[in-house]
Amino acid sequence: MNAKDILLQFKNGLFDRNPLLVQVLGVCASLAITTTVSNSLYMGLAVTAVLVCSNLLISLLRRFIPEQVRIAAYIVIISGFVTIVEMVMNAYMPSAAAKLGIFLPLIVVNCIILGRAEAFASKNTPLPSIIDGFAMGAGFTIALLLLGAIREILGSGSFFGIQLFGQSYTPIGILTSPPGAFMTLGCLIALIQYLKDRLQSKTKASADQTHKDVKNKEVEPNDL
Amino acid sequence: MNEERKENTLLQVSSAPHIRSHDSTQTVMLDVIIALLPLLLWGCYIFGMRALTVTLITVFSSVIFELLFNLITKKTITVLDLSAVVTGLLLSYNLPHTIPFWMPVLGAFFAIVPVKMLLGGLGKNLVNPALAGRACLLLSFSSAMTVPPVLTRLDLFESYLPGDALSGSTPLYTVLSPAEDGSSISTELLFDMFIGNESGTIGEVSALLILLGFLYLLLRKVVSWHIPLSYLGTVAFITLLFPAEGVERFDVVYMLAHLFSGGLLLAAVFMATDYVTSPITPKGRIIFGIGCGLLTVIVRYCAGNEGASYAVLTMNLLVYFIDKITVPRPFGAALPKLKIKKESKPQ
Repeated sequence: MNAKDILLQFKNGLFDRNPLLVQVLGVCASLAITTTVSNSLYMGLAVTAVLVCSNLLISLLRRFIPEQVRIAAYIVIISGFVTIVEMVMNAYMPSAAAKLGIFLPLIVVNCIILGRAEAFASKNTPLPSIIDGFAMGAGFTIALLLLGAIREILGSGSFFGIQLFGQSYTPIGILTSPPGAFMTLGCLIALIQYLKDRLQSKTKASADQTHKDVKNKEVEPNDL
Repeated sequence: MNEERKENTLLQVSSAPHIRSHDSTQTVMLDVIIALLPLLLWGCYIFGMRALTVTLITVFSSVIFELLFNLITKKTITVLDLSAVVTGLLLSYNLPHTIPFWMPVLGAFFAIVPVKMLLGGLGKNLVNPALAGRACLLLSFSSAMTVPPVLTRLDLFESYLPGDALSGSTPLYTVLSPAEDGSSISTELLFDMFIGNESGTIGEVSALLILLGFLYLLLRKVVSWHIPLSYLGTVAFITLLFPAEGVERFDVVYMLAHLFSGGLLLAAVFMATDYVTSPITPKGRIIFGIGCGLLTVIVRYCAGNEGASYAVLTMNLLVYFIDKITVPRPFGAALPKLKIKKESKPQ
């Protein structure tokens, strides 16, 4: 467990395997609550908190949970943490909890959390699992914030509830409704695929370049 | 010398088909534009020059967006097939003349880029681009898309203008929410609707001119009668037999008012008949028309709003399935047999 591994995990969570924009997990809640940036932030933080805690516990218990009932066991653990998060939010930030509504308890069935439990925490030691939880949670939160920012700025003309434009601005209502959410998500996914392609071709080109250089060096002596 | 002889002796026979139609996308679209132009003239006459400006902005931005998309993606330039012009015209016909000028640009962008070009251009789009553009604008800017009452209603036929009976709503709303005193729609109002002396979007007002355009397209064999007639027939049938509450059955005036008001005729003649987004076979076309009619009336009755555009959009998405179940039997082919699973005997 060195710094390079941690960096790679964060790069995976934020970009290469971003839960929302690349793996396209947890779409339902994401589309529903990203009408404003503040909603996105609360949702992202709640999911991250649950993800880190459940990853840790599942990783600790990975040798004790029988293979056959693992999904049920994971769900019980996850729902425990979701209940805690829900109670905390209800106690200390009731307005945010009210805004998230049903989607707060629904974090239990969010595929990202179960997906990370199954794919990562059940196979790794606690420390990498916690880091994975933070990385994936951060990736999800940033994706939600992007979605929320685009939808709130264009759809309601505000950012974090602060009106950005004057009276003359006509908000594009479709962006605050479900079709607008789908379109924005589609555009973001397309953008990230484009960036990935660019990056890949660049690394490939540089790899080819070095390959050529090596070849040239090999050829040179023969020519001489 | 040698080459010349070769050229002379070579028999120049192309492969079948040998009979060719002179129709191309361009000529078909040109015919549609010709059929659409009188509506624009009437729109300018009744709403003023702002209608023309809105239309020009929509058409130009449609064409420019398609051209830009072609250039950016480095594909063949497809602007000359005129389909973008038709999309722009139809989109603007669905807009009120009072709309702020930048909204049609946004609508044209939505119609051309995501709905048409991103799916592969003309022939690949799933839904009618103009209608999708209109739906996008309607969902986004519902207040700017509401049709204002025409303040300068023409005194074409002074004798029976119903005064300001219409101020505040388009005839469609008069039809959909009958007067509380139980009086039905006057024949004068119906005549106004037919001529187009009413409020509405730029291109939908004149039933007469739309029907003339339909006639032209029929004579030029650009469209077949199946979709418009089955569509309008379904609407007529339902509104005649099952009118809204408070209206007597078999009220022909009520039925005609349903047909002439709102965007129904425009949608039935010009949008539902779009080659790309309508079924191929006559049988499929009739199913498509009936579906459009049913959905239109359902939206009109239940939501109290114009449902033609949403009806056509919904049916557009079903075209693939309609085409699948209406594949014609090849001449001489056997009737399709019921598939019976043969029980495999254990040996």
